[in-house]
Amino acid sequence: MTDRGTSAEKPRVGLFVTCLVDLYRPSVGFAAIKLLKQAGCEVDVPQLQTCCGQPAYNSGDDEHTRALALQVLQAFEDYDYVVAPSGSCLGMIRCHYPDLFAQHELLARFQALSAKSHELISFLVDVLGIDQIKASYTGQVTYHDSCSGLRELGISAQPRQLLAGVDGLSLTELEGREVCCGFGGTFCVKYPEISGRMAADKVAAAAATGADTLLAGDMGCLLNLAGKMRREGVDTRVYHIAEVLADMADAESIGEGKA
Amino acid sequence: MHPRSKFFEANATQALRQPSLQAALKQLEQGFVAGRAACYEALPEFEALRDRAEEVLNHTLENLDAYLLEYEARVIETGGQVHWASTADEARRIVVDICNQAGAGNVIRGKSMIGEEVGINDALEKAGFEVTETDLGEYILQLAEEPPSHIVAPAIHKTKDEISDLFHSRHRELGYHERLTERSALVAEARQVLREKFQQADVGITGANFLIAETGSNVIVTNEGNGDLSSTLPRVQIVTAAIDKVVPTLEDASLLLRLLGRSATGQEITAYTTFTTGPRRQTDADGPAEYHVVILDNHRSEMLAGELRPMLRCIRCGACMNHCPVYGRVGGHAYGWIYPGPMGSVLTPVMLGLDEAGHLPNACSLNGRCATVCPVKIPLPQLLRTLRGRQHRRRLNSRTARMGLSIWAWIALRPRLYQSITRLAMSIMALLGRRQGRFRRMPLAGGWTRVRDLPAPQGSTFQAQWRQRRQQ
Ligand code: SF4
Repeated sequence: MTDRGTSAEKPRVGLFVTCLVDLYRPSVGFAAIKLLKQAGCEVDVPQLQTCCGQPAYNSGDDEHTRALALQVLQAFEDYDYVVAPSGSCLGMIRCHYPDLFAQHELLARFQALSAKSHELISFLVDVLGIDQIKASYTGQVTYHDSCSGLRELGISAQPRQLLAGVDGLSLTELEGREVCCGFGGTFCVKYPEISGRMAADKVAAAAATGADTLLAGDMGCLLNLAGKMRREGVDTRVYHIAEVLADMADAESIGEGKA
Repeated sequence: MHPRSKFFEANATQALRQPSLQAALKQLEQGFVAGRAACYEALPEFEALRDRAEEVLNHTLENLDAYLLEYEARVIETGGQVHWASTADEARRIVVDICNQAGAGNVIRGKSMIGEEVGINDALEKAGFEVTETDLGEYILQLAEEPPSHIVAPAIHKTKDEISDLFHSRHRELGYHERLTERSALVAEARQVLREKFQQADVGITGANFLIAETGSNVIVTNEGNGDLSSTLPRVQIVTAAIDKVVPTLEDASLLLRLLGRSATGQEITAYTTFTTGPRRQTDADGPAEYHVVILDNHRSEMLAGELRPMLRCIRCGACMNHCPVYGRVGGHAYGWIYPGPMGSVLTPVMLGLDEAGHLPNACSLNGRCATVCPVKIPLPQLLRTLRGRQHRRRLNSRTARMGLSIWAWIALRPRLYQSITRLAMSIMALLGRRQGRFRRMPLAGGWTRVRDLPAPQGSTFQAQWRQRRQQ
């Protein structure tokens, strides 16, 4: 476990906000900062960041992806760690950037970036060694694993471990945990009918648990599932897990109007 | 089969609205997926076997020319003949010629994806032969005049009721009048009909799960035993296979067999695993007088030379489609050709071209579950991305999509500009969506709002709020 004592030894974390948090859910960014500071990190948010480049990458546009990756490298390579509240963007930085520069003189720098980049929850648990966070949330919760988090980064036990320590929260697993919710980046707008059916099935699986709250660690899945729930008139509350862990889940949930 | 991959979107929409298909697909997922999971649990060395299989097949592909020649030499030594076909067309011609020379009337087929790939049945029927499928699933499809929808369970999309009707109407001419509803009774009737076909057949055409270089043998696995009858009863046997089916040794084949049944149907081993080597010898009790192997390339050597080479490791187990959320919703016919699901989304564009099959690499959420279950560790999402890259470079994707992407990237590469545009846009959206918390419709986001609401942003962007806080 890292020493959380004196400021001189505080790890310097660059927060990669992710474009969806930046645009749709700034409170997740603030929750991430709160959690990281509580854990003894010094947090900075480099201003010259926008997106990790996944939309371009998954569209086969390697040139634009490399340009965006370079922008991330330049903004973040001086920090001790890069942390993002998303398994998907982090999977991009950790797994795919080095592939994209496999034959390139920048490879070593991208490998170094990859090695110190972490998804928020797994950073707290695996790197900082935190096993409990003081927070409370009254509700019956179910948790959706994002595919990139689960399969590219092996994030599965960590969020559950931290949720188990939250006062008033009980977790029920939904059926078909490893099945995609239908977001898939550009997939969801290119093939809405298929994506919509996948989302509907996930919403039904969540409803079957009887949970009043759905949590996940990726804004893409969260926007997709909250959007589907609202369309179907399901009033489950939807939050990013960081909001609950940071005791900041008192604002309107995702897709919920202001009364 | 006339490809319909171009119409993937329409095919998929139709499939989503077909309750019987949806019911059939649910069963598949529960049956095969649960079966594989149980096998996985029960075999501690499963992951080690996957690693080993990947290694063996990479080595084989690295030396494919040598192993193919070794295989050919062994087949010739045992009295068989090897025919090389670089295209589907050539393969059809070779098979028709062999049947002609054999003076055949009736031809029976054991299930084979290569047979489907080259369209053997059509070619033979056009040449005047009577062809009968002997795999139950394929037989059902032959009666129904439909293509397969799954590489292991070709008639998975058909319900029992549909099969009852089909047999009732098509077997009447053979003297069967009762409409059967029991599974076992349907199977028994099909067996009876097929038994006669087996006895009349002059030529039997089967596929091959593996070709073994060191012995010149071919291996087929079935659960019905039809493959064995197809290869032993007729006077002439034709094995149709592709260049990627060869493995160096018996040992390698047994390694892959351990993975195949478990990954495909959740069986430790299929009911029948048959090794055949050459024609009947003088001392043999049975077997064909002539033994031919037709080895097909059909764009595989192109794959061998490029980034898609890992796809040639495929052992056709079907696990990728069983675990694919898209296949599980739309079924195999939506993909428009004989190879569906993730593996088909790589193979079809290679074999039919990206113009025909351009949808397939894109109709995937890249969730990656297929790659985690593939017994030979093919990085399917990565290969689909490679194909998307080819589409992008050859400007095959829609102009709107390309333009949207370019504009977005141009702005995203200018963070200050990006941040001022997004701050403004999000503030307006937040204001408009404040009360409802979501939008039911949104210009330029029709793909999103067609099936779900778009949650409204909270307010200004994170970056704008962060800057404000720091300035205070
Ligand atoms: S790609 Fe892998 S999982 Fe899919 S059929 Fe081939 S071997 Fe099986």
